[in-house]
Amino acid sequence: MLKESIARLGNRTLQGVGRIGFAVRFFVAIMLHSGTAFRRFGLTIREMYFSGVQSLVIILVSGLFVGMVLGLQGYETLQTYGSEDALGILVAMSLVRELGPVVAALLFASRAGSAITAEIGLMKATEQLSAMEMMAVDPIARVVAPRFWAGVISMPLLAALFSAMGIFGGYLVGVQLIGVDEGSFWSQMQSAVDFEQDILNGVIKSVVFGIAITTIALFEGYDAPPTAEGVSGATTRTVVTSSLTVLALDFVLTAFMFRGLS
Amino acid sequence: MNKTILDLWVGLFVIVGIAALLFLTLKVGSMNTVTNSDSYEVVARFENIGGLKTRAPVKSAGVVVGRVADVRFDNEVYEAAVTLRLDKRYAFPKDTSAAIMTSGLLGEQYIGLEAGGDSVKLKDKDRIMITQDAVVLESLIGKFLYGNAQEGAPK
Repeated sequence: MLKESIARLGNRTLQGVGRIGFAVRFFVAIMLHSGTAFRRFGLTIREMYFSGVQSLVIILVSGLFVGMVLGLQGYETLQTYGSEDALGILVAMSLVRELGPVVAALLFASRAGSAITAEIGLMKATEQLSAMEMMAVDPIARVVAPRFWAGVISMPLLAALFSAMGIFGGYLVGVQLIGVDEGSFWSQMQSAVDFEQDILNGVIKSVVFGIAITTIALFEGYDAPPTAEGVSGATTRTVVTSSLTVLALDFVLTAFMFRGLS
Repeated sequence: MNKTILDLWVGLFVIVGIAALLFLTLKVGSMNTVTNSDSYEVVARFENIGGLKTRAPVKSAGVVVGRVADVRFDNEVYEAAVTLRLDKRYAFPKDTSAAIMTSGLLGEQYIGLEAGGDSVKLKDKDRIMITQDAVVLESLIGKFLYGNAQEGAPK
């Protein structure tokens, strides 16, 4: 009984390590076969439509509401200290540094990541990938790499849109609805937000998140058991794993980026 | 889907995304120079402006009448030259005084204008002669302590 459970643990560990190794090799293969994604850029553009353009609505609407909530909550708190003029700083800083890249990445993982996994998983289940190999077309170059680069390009754009929309939402609630002084709102924001420290770091974060999410989504799809159950399980795993990875990566990146500030 | 429409959408997406990035860099990140046509500028010199920044409000009787357009250091008189951009609708007498005030205890600084009694109004590029510097909390505390120490000194 004990021996069995220890053996099961060992088996699980070996499988886990094997999967990580497979994922890394998969990532290297994407890198090596990326030439096609750029030479036939039409393929990448097509995928950008599915992962980028179709995520626009959810990103823009969520950004607007997150910004509006920040405006309301921030005002409530800042008002206690009589410094509601600093609302612009609060909204812009929290969006550009953290909420923009992270929430946009979480939405992207659930909106586009799951779709990528389901699509590739089904392609594998219906043996389309094997058929491609038969015709001497490399499925990694033709199917996987364009999706990868489309995600990596889309992610920072979506994060920027999320932040911009959120700041607009904060402006709507803070300035137009509550009546914080418009000049103070923008001027304090402008003097506090730094291009390199805040905006550039936010963009770097979103690029890293884009790489992580698309790699996980593609790998889960490619690795899914070719059954209906297998594909659904892989889709769930994509959302869970990439969300957790984004949050963990965010902590690591923030620690590296902002610890050297003072 | 039609390839041209698809390309169009992706192109739009990229343009809007880059526009958002530009908005973040220019509007949120650093200065933007939006000039107001219906305004006139006056200059006020201060010995100490504290934490006054460009685009801070200029208020008179608590109402915003303009914005700080520019803050420079005048190397000839060793004072800060602050350019105020005031709304054309509001005309102030020539002997108006400008003071740097703080909204609340920790709030941001603004310029308060107090109208004088002169019948001649301020014109574009005029200078406000009577100014009052920003109150620097540290020097105020210093003065207070110094004054107390003197009072308590043995006679």
